Amino acid sequence: MIAHAIIFYFLSTITILSTIMVIASRNTVHSVFFLILDFVSAACLFIMLGAEFVGMILLIVYVGAVAVLFLFVVMMLEGNFEKIKQGFLQYLPIGFFIGIVIFLELIVVIGGWQYKSEFIGTSKIIYDANETNTEQLGKLIYTDFFLPFQISGLVLLVAMIGAILLTFRRRTNMKRQDMVKQSSRERVDSISSVDAEINKGVKVND
Amino acid sequence: MDYAIYFFNDLLKIFALVIPVLISVAMIVWVDRRVWGAVQLRKGPNVVGPFGLFQTLADALKYIFKEVIIPVRANKVIFVIAPIVTMSLALVSWAVIPFSESLVVADINVGILYIFAVSSLGVYGIIMAGWASNSKYPFLGALRSAAQMVSYEVSIGLIIINVLLCAGSLNLKDIVLAQKSIWFAIPLFPMFVIFFISALAETNRPPFDLPEAEAELVAGYQTEYSGMMYALFWLGEYANILLMCGLGTILFLGGWLSPIDVYPFNAIPGPIWFIFKILLLFFLFAMVKAIVPRYRYDQLMRLGWKIFLPFSLFWVVLTSAFLYFFNLLPA
Repeated sequence: MIAHAIIFYFLSTITILSTIMVIASRNTVHSVFFLILDFVSAACLFIMLGAEFVGMILLIVYVGAVAVLFLFVVMMLEGNFEKIKQGFLQYLPIGFFIGIVIFLELIVVIGGWQYKSEFIGTSKIIYDANETNTEQLGKLIYTDFFLPFQISGLVLLVAMIGAILLTFRRRTNMKRQDMVKQSSRERVDSISSVDAEINKGVKVND
Repeated sequence: MDYAIYFFNDLLKIFALVIPVLISVAMIVWVDRRVWGAVQLRKGPNVVGPFGLFQTLADALKYIFKEVIIPVRANKVIFVIAPIVTMSLALVSWAVIPFSESLVVADINVGILYIFAVSSLGVYGIIMAGWASNSKYPFLGALRSAAQMVSYEVSIGLIIINVLLCAGSLNLKDIVLAQKSIWFAIPLFPMFVIFFISALAETNRPPFDLPEAEAELVAGYQTEYSGMMYALFWLGEYANILLMCGLGTILFLGGWLSPIDVYPFNAIPGPIWFIFKILLLFFLFAMVKAIVPRYRYDQLMRLGWKIFLPFSLFWVVLTSAFLYFFNLLPA
C-alpha cells in the first residue's frame, strides 16, 4: 500500500504543479507543454484508479490530437507577450466570476458526497469482477446510455461541420490538380501536329 | 523487502527487453542500408566487421565522441528534452508487445490502446525539436510532420477497430490468439495494405519522409541537431519502425503463431516466428524506401484524408455488418 501511496502523491504533485505552471509560465508554448504534462499525469492517475480505458482515451484524444492542434495554434500566434497582457485588468472581473462559479460547484459536489451511496444505489451499473472495465463501459454506453452517447457525438460532428463551413472559401484564381482528369488524358487530346505559317504562328488555347 | 524484489524483477525484465531491441535497431539500420544498396546495385556498408555488420555500432561510437552543439538562440531545455522524448517513447511501447504466449513484460487489458496512445505521443518529440531549434527549416519540418502523423493516426485507428471487431479484445495476446484459425491479413487484406502504407507515413519513412525532405528543408526538424542528440532521433525513428512492423505482425500476421499448425512449423518456437515476420515486414519497408519516389505534400494529405479515411471507415461498417449478420461476433 505504501508504494501505491508514494506513486499517487508523486503523480498528483506533478499534476498540481504543472497546472500551476500552465498559468504561471511566461512563455505561451511552455504553458501548452505544461498542459500536456498535466494531461499525461492525469491519465496516469486514472490508470491508478483502475480506469485504464479512460486513461488511455485521455492520452489518445487530448494529448495525441487536441493538444497537438493547440500547440500548433499557439506556436503560430506567438509574438508580442506585452500585447496579450494588456487586457489583463479588463478581463480580471470575468475571470474572477468564473473562478467563483467553479469554486461553488466544487462545494456543491463535496457537500453532496454524503449522498453518494444513495445515488450509486439507483444506478444501473452492475459490478462484475470477471469483466474488464472496458467491457463494462462498452455495455453501459451502448445500451442504457446509447441515446446521450450518440447525441453527444452528433453535437461534435455539427460543431466540426460548422467550423469547416465558417473557414471554407473557394478560391477561383488558383489551378487545381484533378487526378482523374490527369490520368484519363490521352495522347490525342494533348498532342497535335500543326504546320505553323511564318510570321503568324499558331493560336494556343491554354 | 517484497517491493524491492518486485522492483528488481521488473527492472531485469525491462533490461532483458530494451537491450535486444537496441541491438536489433542497430542491425536493422544495417539491413536497411544493405537492401537499399542492393536495389541500387551498390555494395552498401560492407567494411566494418563481417559483411559490415558492425557499421552501425561504429557510427554510434562516432556520434558519441562528436560535440553536441546547442544553438545560441535555441530554447535549451526543450531542445535537449526533444530527442530524449522521441527515444524513450519509441522504447516504452515495446513493454506490451507479446513475443510469445508467456513472453511479455506487461500483459495489460488495453494493450492496443496503450500502443496507439504512445505512438500518438511520438509527435511531440518532433514538434519540440522543431520549435526549440528556433530556426525556419526545423520549424517547417515539424509542422509538416505533426500534420502528417495526426492525419495518418486517424486511419490507423479505424484499421485497428476493424481488427478489434474480429478479435473481440483490446489485449494484444488475445488478438494474436484470435488468429489461430486464420490470419487477419487474409479476410482484412485491404486493411492490411492500408495499415502498411499508414505505418510508412506514421514513421516518416520514404515515400512519406516529407518532414526531412532534404530537397526543400535541409534535414527538417533534425537540422540543428548534432552528435548523440541526432543519433537519439535516428535510433528512435528506427525503433518506431521496428515497433510498427511488430504491430503489423500482431494485428494481421498472427504474431508468434506458425503459418500452419503442422509438425515442422509448429516445432519452431514462437519468438522466432515473431521476429521472422517482423523482418519480413521490415524488408518490405526497406524495399519501398528504395523503389518509390517521394510524395508531394498535398498528395500525402489527399491520400490520408480523402482516400484512406473514408475507405477504412467504410470497411469498419462492412466488417461489423458482416460479423453481425453472419453471427460471427466474438463472444
